[in-house]
Amino acid sequence: MMRSSQPLTGTNGRRCKEDEKLINATLRPGKRGYIIDTRSLNVAQQARAKGGGFEQEAHYPQWRRIHKCIERFNILQESLIKLVEACNDQSHNMDRWLSKLEASNWLTHIKEILTAACLAAQCIDREGASVLVHGTEGTDSTLQVTSLAQIILDPSCRTIRGFESLVVREWLQAGHPFQQRCAQSAYSNSKQKWEAPVFLLFLDCVWQILRQFPCSFEFNEQFLIMLFEHAYASQFGTFLGNNENERSKLKLSQKTMSLWSWVNRSEELSKFQNPLFEANSLVIWPSVAPQSLQLWEGVFLRWNRPSKFLDEAHEEMINIIKYN
Amino acid sequence: VENVRLLDRLSSRKAALGTLYLTATHVIFVENVSETRKETWVLHSQISSIEKQATTATGCPLLIRCKNFQVIQLVIPQERDCHDVYISLIRLARPVKYEELYCFSFNPKLDKEEREQGWKLVDLNEEYNRMGIPNNYWQISDVNRDYGVCDSYPTEVYVPKSATAHIIVGSSKFRSRRRFPALSYYCKDNNASICRSSQPLSGFSARCLEDEQMLQAIRKANPGSDFIYVVDTRPKLNAMANRAAGKGYENEDNYSNIKFQFIGIENIHVMRNSLQKMLEVCELKSPSMSDFLWGLENSGWLKHIKAIMDAGIFIAKAVAEEGVSVLVHCSDGWDRTAQVCSVASLLLDPYYRSMKGFMVLIEKDWVSFGHKFNHRYGNLDGDPKEISPVIDQFIECVWQLMEQFPCAFEFNERFLIHIQHHIYSCQFGNFLCNSQKERRELKIQERTYSLWAHLWKNRADYLNPLYRADHSQTQGTLRPQMAPCNFLYKFWSGMYNRFEKGLHPRQSVTDYLMAVKEETQQLEEELEVLGERLANLQKSQLNDNKVKSKQQDRSKQLGLSTSNNSLANTPQEYSSDLKSFPSRSPSQGDEEDSALILTQDNLKSSDPDLSANSDQESGVEDLSCRSPSGGGCLPSEDSGKDSDEAVFLA
Repeated sequence: MMRSSQPLTGTNGRRCKEDEKLINATLRPGKRGYIIDTRSLNVAQQARAKGGGFEQEAHYPQWRRIHKCIERFNILQESLIKLVEACNDQSHNMDRWLSKLEASNWLTHIKEILTAACLAAQCIDREGASVLVHGTEGTDSTLQVTSLAQIILDPSCRTIRGFESLVVREWLQAGHPFQQRCAQSAYSNSKQKWEAPVFLLFLDCVWQILRQFPCSFEFNEQFLIMLFEHAYASQFGTFLGNNENERSKLKLSQKTMSLWSWVNRSEELSKFQNPLFEANSLVIWPSVAPQSLQLWEGVFLRWNRPSKFLDEAHEEMINIIKYN
Repeated sequence: VENVRLLDRLSSRKAALGTLYLTATHVIFVENVSETRKETWVLHSQISSIEKQATTATGCPLLIRCKNFQVIQLVIPQERDCHDVYISLIRLARPVKYEELYCFSFNPKLDKEEREQGWKLVDLNEEYNRMGIPNNYWQISDVNRDYGVCDSYPTEVYVPKSATAHIIVGSSKFRSRRRFPALSYYCKDNNASICRSSQPLSGFSARCLEDEQMLQAIRKANPGSDFIYVVDTRPKLNAMANRAAGKGYENEDNYSNIKFQFIGIENIHVMRNSLQKMLEVCELKSPSMSDFLWGLENSGWLKHIKAIMDAGIFIAKAVAEEGVSVLVHCSDGWDRTAQVCSVASLLLDPYYRSMKGFMVLIEKDWVSFGHKFNHRYGNLDGDPKEISPVIDQFIECVWQLMEQFPCAFEFNERFLIHIQHHIYSCQFGNFLCNSQKERRELKIQERTYSLWAHLWKNRADYLNPLYRADHSQTQGTLRPQMAPCNFLYKFWSGMYNRFEKGLHPRQSVTDYLMAVKEETQQLEEELEVLGERLANLQKSQLNDNKVKSKQQDRSKQLGLSTSNNSLANTPQEYSSDLKSFPSRSPSQGDEEDSALILTQDNLKSSDPDLSANSDQESGVEDLSCRSPSGGGCLPSEDSGKDSDEAVFLA
């Protein structure tokens, strides 16, 4: 699986032999590849006017292009704001709750992202075909797809170390602009142009899969919530900056502590371990039916109700397994 | 009928070919595939509706919708045969006499004594004793011993000490269906009680001295409070409309020391339509998230569930926190009243959250108090306007509570689902007829078996591993929040999409933990045995080397084979826009008992379905319950008659 940004085909249908050579090099002998474009066909076509575009069939004959639309990042921020507003609405009216939830479209995004990731994973696992994923810049929806696909396909990504590596590789190193995206979250007074809960959506998708396969992850929900928090505000330098270049310029590795060095200490790690974890070598396929996707209570309703009862349940689970 | 195809409900690509059989009690489809010969059994009592659809090139489709939310789609090659099957099923699914029902032919091979014992498992006298009655304030009354006062009430009712027979009889004449105020729950800690009745026949201005005395008696039975709440669970408008018909509600001016309250739960017709709409949403093929959420909202279903829950919370608060007694009624006092009283009791008293207690609760507030099971759930063919998912809603309230309070209930989701299933199955006699009187006339206990005994026998499958009687969460009153953003009401896919396994979490936490607990128990027993052995051996001073403890591979013990890749999970169909995207999803419907067999769909042009349909789960062992094989085990989840819900672990 490869990821990139959009090809600069523009209105003239420019081509680039090196680009074609590069991605063709990943094709397995005798097999075609799939390009998963996270924009709708329309949007991809319109991008040409601004110098961007998509891979032409004529130039990339061994690749089939699939458009799996994932909403653009600025829309996602709106979605988050509406969702949080719904969660703060203390009225007792069920109709209002459901309609606000629906209007936020949050779960729609979750479904879109998961579906695209499953598709990518399916191409690799079922077709044995190579896959190239890109959107516009390759820094948002692209990363959601590639990282989730790996969680589906690769059991090592479901271990704690494996997941940490995944985040480092597919988000930090890949250049997801954390500083721009995670500046203010849902309560910002001013409209932030680059703000978007892209990483949170990714974590939410991971949680959805975790909920469907509760025995297949070495980490628990708390781990994901911790990562969500640190992406927005942290005493560690891991999520600072927008890419490796900036981090290097800021000399973060000398001036700050790494989140991982703290998380991976055994006393901290124990809080994040999933007592139900049983390592398996399976590919896990989540259901993307609406009935299967739920609101992430642990994040969105976290401050609405006492977590006591669910915490106790978790403790009990640990007791049962430890005792055994 | 041969050469019938059983379609996967959501993907017409997947169809099994087999033979359809109609028996006196079941519809049975047996697959032709020789190794598995998978069987799908459906009880006639479960059939809710049958739809004959337009004949296509492949045959004549027949859609069977069941009361337990199973949907079966058959394609019968000959139109003539299809019509015959259709007509037969219409008749079979609408029995005219009780004797046609399965419970009268079901034979679990128990002897007469075991049958009797089964019926004695739940004893309401014992229950009221447990509450602390009879005592200074409450007593049992035999005024209804021959059903002379109220024919839908039980022979034994519990009333305040100061309520004489005269008062009771007088009050009953002033109540719809003669359903006078009687005790549902008594809290011995503070003497507050929950009583239930039907609406008073007050019209615009009628009064009844005895009825007023009855309410006073209830108040006096609680010296800790100088008033009682009277809760009318209907919307105010409906209650007012009833006045024009000579019924209505209690006027605070006439009844001394009452505080009157409307709760606003809709009637059975609204609920029936609500469920219908929700099921339509469930039947959508590949709905978008918006379609689903909008459809759910439009059905109003969760709103109704919340209304019932809120009523229960109000009453529980009144009893536990204010120490005030409550009289609950609706119109006839057998639907909303039953829901609300049982939810309130469940919140108040941890006993009802135990498995036995829950059975007692249903027996008390639903069975004995004359909930019209026959009319509501269509045991016999009757007026479709009487049908309504009343007890289903109560059961869902319990599930919603279980999700919020995971340690508080001794039983698990499967217990609830099986109870719901059997309310409609008529396999056991508990939920037949409309009243205790009718059941006794039919001699139900002598001619059928009790569900409670069956469930109790299999209780190991229904346990909640997180339950501990001494846990703080399990004790005392449950106090759920009311705003939907604080108490997240979820869509119960385990019930309404019960047979679409692909939609549910593919690994069951409950079953995993139960397996761990079982193993722990076995290890403890083994430890004991080895301990004894060790002691013996030490005594006889043998060489230590001869003592070898048997190390069992834990994974094997739990049936978790982690290296078995051939049982890989199967993907859904994620592409909706590519005709030529051949998804070689080798899935075929649910395999619960047998090892998963992956058959390869050949590269057909995809008929794309984005929805999760009956997929195969990753899994190994079928840790299904050790159900008695003596016929009529729960024919659940599309699988064979003898298996019960299966469990999937990675």
